[in-house]
Amino acid sequence: MSTLHTVNKSPFATQALISCLNHAKAGDAILMIEDGVYGGLGGTGLTEIIAEFGKNVSLYVLSPDLAARGVDAGRLIGGIEGVDYSGFVDLVAKHDRTQAWL
Amino acid sequence: MAYQVNGQTVEHDEEGYITNLGDWSKELAEVIAEAEEIEMDDERWEVVNFLREYYDEYQIAPAVRVLIKALKKSMGPEKGNNKYMYELFPYGPAKQACKIAGLPKPTGCV
Amino acid sequence: MSEVKKFLYVNRKAPYGTIYALESLEVVLIGAAFEQDVRLAFVDDGVFQLTKGQSTDGIGVKNFSPTFRALGDYDVNKLYVERESLEERGLSEDDLQEITYEDEDDDWEEKPSIHIISRAEMADVMADADVVLSF
Repeated sequence: MSTLHTVNKSPFATQALISCLNHAKAGDAILMIEDGVYGGLGGTGLTEIIAEFGKNVSLYVLSPDLAARGVDAGRLIGGIEGVDYSGFVDLVAKHDRTQAWL
Repeated sequence: MAYQVNGQTVEHDEEGYITNLGDWSKELAEVIAEAEEIEMDDERWEVVNFLREYYDEYQIAPAVRVLIKALKKSMGPEKGNNKYMYELFPYGPAKQACKIAGLPKPTGCV
Repeated sequence: MSEVKKFLYVNRKAPYGTIYALESLEVVLIGAAFEQDVRLAFVDDGVFQLTKGQSTDGIGVKNFSPTFRALGDYDVNKLYVERESLEERGLSEDDLQEITYEDEDDDWEEKPSIHIISRAEMADVMADADVVLSF
């Protein structure tokens, strides 16, 4: 049993991503969408925390949201995978439940 | 749209629910009941009073099953049932009793 | 009626700054008609929804905090509040209003609906749900 978490706010604006990381279980997946994709950036004040949590969960970003914001995939924390919309659907199907962090 | 009570005008919406909860009075309840073709008696007042007390305490009109469960507890099974409630208010306690009690239309009313 | 599912409503916003808290409560009340196993989680700023002494006369919006006390009538009696979220905000259980329900299976004894649980326990509650609704 595992959960797909989605986060749609920048971690520099709200607590959503940190709270999500605090409640996610090993084997869960976190998909960063909309402004949430900023959480995937390397070299920020939060990178270390996020990378540390990322050891137990799979981290994804929605590539169209990343592209829309002009963020090159090369700037993401290592290990974060980009998915397109059908990849999003696959993630939903793969997990037992989806939980949104607003 | 408005009800007339003792020479006063009390506004209501297109379904007959009064706009301002503070406008309610026993006389107004009788006027709304008349518009609903219901004659108020002790049994109906019992329900209307219960609804007003419930709203005062919890800030919502209770769902029908909550109303019936509560009446069953306070007045016994012969009054706390669906059939009795619909005998008193043929178009449903939410639709009619709440309207007469001056409450807003219940959330997700059934 | 099909099989009963565990519905978890996760509340993470304070009560009056946005419409989320009120919307959540309304969905819970409407959803209660479907007779599922309903749980409410209060995490992060969501814990502010349950504080006692709310008075909204001065801001012209409805005070919906008394409505939480009606949840027992709707068979919603599992309200989980995260201890860490309370502590981070300088709150304790004493700052929350009392919410109880009458246990039909135990001679209508009045029992507390609020359960203060740890962050780890909250993660378990979340992972135990069949459906998670976020507000």
